[in-house]
Amino acid sequence: MNLRRLLAMAIKEALQVWRDPRSLAVALLMPVMQMAILGYGVSLDIKHVPLCVYNQENSQQSRAVVDRFVSSGWFSVSHVITRYSGIRRAMDRGECIAAIVIPVNFSRTLAATGSAPVQAIFDATDVNTTNIALGYAQGVVAQADADITAQWDAAHDVQPSLVGQVQLDPTVWFNETLDSRYFIIPGVVAVILALVGAQLTSLTISREWERGTMEQLISTPISALEVMLGKLIPYFLIGLFDAAFCLAAAIFWFGVPFRGDLATLFVTTALFNLVVLGIGYLISVRIRSQLGASQIALMVTMLPTTLLSGYTFPIDQMPAPIQALTYIVYPRYYVTILRGIFLKGSGLSDLAGPMIGLSLYAAGIIWLAARAFRKRL
Amino acid sequence: MFGRIPIMLFKEFIQLRRDRWMMFRLIVPLIIQMIVFGYAATFTVHHVTTAVLDLDQSQASRGLISHFVATSRFDIVDMARNRRQITSDIVHDRAVVALVIHAGFSRDLENGRGAPLQVIVDGTNSNTALIALGYINQITSQFSAEWAARAIPLQVSVAAPATGIRLEPLPWFNEGLNERWFFIPGVIGTLTLLQVVSLTAFAVVREREVGTLEQIMVSPIRPFEFILGKTVPFFLIGFGDIALVTAFGILWFHVPFIGDPLVMLVGASLFLMAAVGMGLLLSTFSHTQQQAFALNFFLLNPFFILSGFAFPIAAMPRFLQWFTMINPLRYFLVVIRAVFLKGVGVNVLWPQLLALALLAVVMLTVSVLRFSKSLE
Repeated sequence: MNLRRLLAMAIKEALQVWRDPRSLAVALLMPVMQMAILGYGVSLDIKHVPLCVYNQENSQQSRAVVDRFVSSGWFSVSHVITRYSGIRRAMDRGECIAAIVIPVNFSRTLAATGSAPVQAIFDATDVNTTNIALGYAQGVVAQADADITAQWDAAHDVQPSLVGQVQLDPTVWFNETLDSRYFIIPGVVAVILALVGAQLTSLTISREWERGTMEQLISTPISALEVMLGKLIPYFLIGLFDAAFCLAAAIFWFGVPFRGDLATLFVTTALFNLVVLGIGYLISVRIRSQLGASQIALMVTMLPTTLLSGYTFPIDQMPAPIQALTYIVYPRYYVTILRGIFLKGSGLSDLAGPMIGLSLYAAGIIWLAARAFRKRL
Repeated sequence: MFGRIPIMLFKEFIQLRRDRWMMFRLIVPLIIQMIVFGYAATFTVHHVTTAVLDLDQSQASRGLISHFVATSRFDIVDMARNRRQITSDIVHDRAVVALVIHAGFSRDLENGRGAPLQVIVDGTNSNTALIALGYINQITSQFSAEWAARAIPLQVSVAAPATGIRLEPLPWFNEGLNERWFFIPGVIGTLTLLQVVSLTAFAVVREREVGTLEQIMVSPIRPFEFILGKTVPFFLIGFGDIALVTAFGILWFHVPFIGDPLVMLVGASLFLMAAVGMGLLLSTFSHTQQQAFALNFFLLNPFFILSGFAFPIAAMPRFLQWFTMINPLRYFLVVIRAVFLKGVGVNVLWPQLLALALLAVVMLTVSVLRFSKSLE
């Protein structure tokens, strides 16, 4: 290993990045754009579920139930209809996600038997949204129910009894407002860094092959290790810059609570950066055509990081074979680490598991990458 | 003209065949991704790790715990002895939910004061936490109802009858709330978009970078013919992709397909035209394959995230909702899900189909114009 040759390689690569302003702009602007778009886009919390109302009775009592849905703030009435087929039409067109139907004899049944149904129809195509909307609807109806019971008790002069009633006293830790963006945005940072990093290095070797400069590189006395390190250094710096930007945006712009310490954040981020760039480099060495390299890079980064890193879909809910597979998806470690640092304020000792995973990964990738490149035509 | 286009097509297919790995890269990853993502994309909440601190140690408290054990929603991983253990379980990720039953729980149940059950939830994953809280609510109210039913006959004064209103949920289109039915059609659209856009963009830029574009320029071929020759193969590949993964979704994942295959065919054609147009447009903005590659990443990820694949468009801020209007995937996902699950036809889906057609026309026209300019 010769420091002078290493430096020369690094400078050459840095110059190449510098002289290709389009690529440089992409490397620096891409995280900004992605962060801006994705930070706002990744929310699972539907605030105003579009609601279709079919009030068959239209009595004072039935209107009171509808009003409760409206005033809860969880629903916004998009359609008031007078026929069953209207629900089907609105749902087919995706104009409402939920519909409530209050039957003709609602208040009569309620007065006679003390109990009456409210039908809630959901467009269950999107199951998660349905579950959330169902939860809101249950809350609204439970509240209405409690009030009606209280009125009944008062009218009949009955002392309210809580015999056998369990009262929930829930406390939510770490993400007190249950804002889905707080849990997804740290994951978004990991995904963006994984994407940018892979795209930075994945073409660096195949480009030399296709442009014919590889022959020149091989004829120099530089060693394979020096080529690798020299090529990685400039990208490592760009990667760190990108990381700093994304993390700052998450904290200061999107207001994700940051409870950990910066040192832990820095160490883990640098480690992750190493893995990401190493992967790109490895792909680049193994696959000589740029098209092939880019396809593989796209395949191993974009969808796996999005779907298997646990940043949206919880890993522990996946079937066991798929869970096993997620251990290969390196962003999963960083997603876990970032969430821990951000929301829980975890230190290095809490993060030992994913840290070891990431370190092993980095060592393995660098070893493979160093071996893969041969100075041979 | 009709002689030149088939020749151009022929050349493209030869080029595709020459790349030994091409067919392999086209088909195998697609199927693997389909299987993996089909299984991975889930928001279900099952087997939530739960720690329990039972300070009452009564029949009632054990009854409540057994209600939790009886469902597959919660897995009790720790019967804690003290509060510190509970806190540590949550902080160190051993449990997502902690239940604390205070001393005097059964006494409170009997004397009608209402018995508090303290619940601590790790809200890191807000979605899981929200759904788990809903289940806890259901389980405890069921427990309460059973307890009250047993207790009330013993009381002297007749208590209130079961009063009030109840919700009757009726999920349409997906009665079993099977999430795969939602995500598989989404995976089909996403995989196709990624593959078709990147293949098209690269095919053109490679000609430019390798220098064969000059050769094509000196031939009598017109820009329009060149573009047709470049796009038709990828359009066909995209069709093959959609057919393959759709068949997979139906046969392997058993997603019901109740709609009209013809509507699907129309939607898929328009979507593929838009995707090919997008690839071409990207290629006119890049000189090197690296740039094409960067642009691909740059755009495809937002297009994927902002398509409604997992994050509902209704939950996005207004300006992003506007942005999704230029996203072909957004429209195609509506079409493919509606055809799969709702079985609706063109009379309902015409706005989406029209939008796809418009996007296809605009992107293809703009790229032809930009291309003619660069060829002249």
